[in-house]
Amino acid sequence: MALSIIHRATGIALYFGTLLLVWWLVAAASGPAAYAHVQAFAGSIIGRLIVFGYTWALMHHMLSGIRHFIWDLGYGFKANEREALTWGALIGGIALTVLIWIVAYANGGGR
Amino acid sequence: MVEFALPKNSKITGGKTWPKPAGATETREFRVYRWNPDDGKNPSVDTYYVDTNDCGPMVLDGLIWIKNHIDPSLTFRRSCREGVCGSCAMNIDGQNTLACTRSMHDVKDGAVKINPLPHQPVVKDLVPDLTNFYAQYASVEPWLKTTSPTPQKEWKQSHEDREKLDGLYECILCACCSTSCPSYWWNSDRYLGPAALLQANRWVSDSRDEATGERLDNLEDPFRLYRCHTIMNCAKACPKGLNPAEAIAELKLKMVERQI
Repeated sequence: MALSIIHRATGIALYFGTLLLVWWLVAAASGPAAYAHVQAFAGSIIGRLIVFGYTWALMHHMLSGIRHFIWDLGYGFKANEREALTWGALIGGIALTVLIWIVAYANGGGR
Repeated sequence: MVEFALPKNSKITGGKTWPKPAGATETREFRVYRWNPDDGKNPSVDTYYVDTNDCGPMVLDGLIWIKNHIDPSLTFRRSCREGVCGSCAMNIDGQNTLACTRSMHDVKDGAVKINPLPHQPVVKDLVPDLTNFYAQYASVEPWLKTTSPTPQKEWKQSHEDREKLDGLYECILCACCSTSCPSYWWNSDRYLGPAALLQANRWVSDSRDEATGERLDNLEDPFRLYRCHTIMNCAKACPKGLNPAEAIAELKLKMVERQI
């Protein structure tokens, strides 16, 4: 049940994350000043925390969604398979998030 | 509707601690939900001490011991005492299960906490009102429906077709699964719940039944079937080791397959 709740919570978080993405795109389209403003926010500690959380919400929701997709196809219902899918989504989501951020920083995204 | 808190008249307040049985060397603490419709009070949790040397190992044995030796007013359903009838379904240590097949020694240290099945109206103490649950079972029309002429002898079924009912026919309708399901807690007026849906799949899967399309039509509804969000509490709860979540997924697949 806990993972079902997290799946929904990350789904709701993605709505807000998508709004931030829209803000970023609209700013990019409207000019350098507005874009610099958004970049400054996203680059701040709070901004980075939000983007980090958004990354995790996206990765977790995606893996958890694949888990539901497998169930909808009629597979993975045995107790051990359920556990594996559940832990896979949870650990995989965190691992992917950390990996993306390591790659982003390694490519100079932290500047 | 979604309810995160108990209504005012369901809030648990206080409760009586009954004295330990005199002369008992080993006791186990039982904390049992009590509610009496006649005294106008809120529910409470009473504490009892069961003499484990004078009592069988199952939680149901403990409850019967309490009723016989301490408090005859304690009310609960029981019948077969071996996991066949489904009468003694209740919430033990946070899990819906049968009191007769759950050993009190399997409950982790501390008190054995016993509540009625969640989110059902309470008749008294551990007795839930399952009227809606049974009505939903009736709504899936759990009997063989045929249009072809009745054969001289029996309706025949191959061994392979009979095997398709394994994991479905064993359901004892104890309501452990349905009352563990958040979707059922919040939409039991319109969502059929895991137990009734597993039964629906039992009849849809029966090779002798000739009303498969009609049965699936009856489930083609945003609530009756599709309020299942694969939360999986049902599969965890089932004291018979069945998998209602899988049965529901099979129903959903059959819904799609017949449209191709």
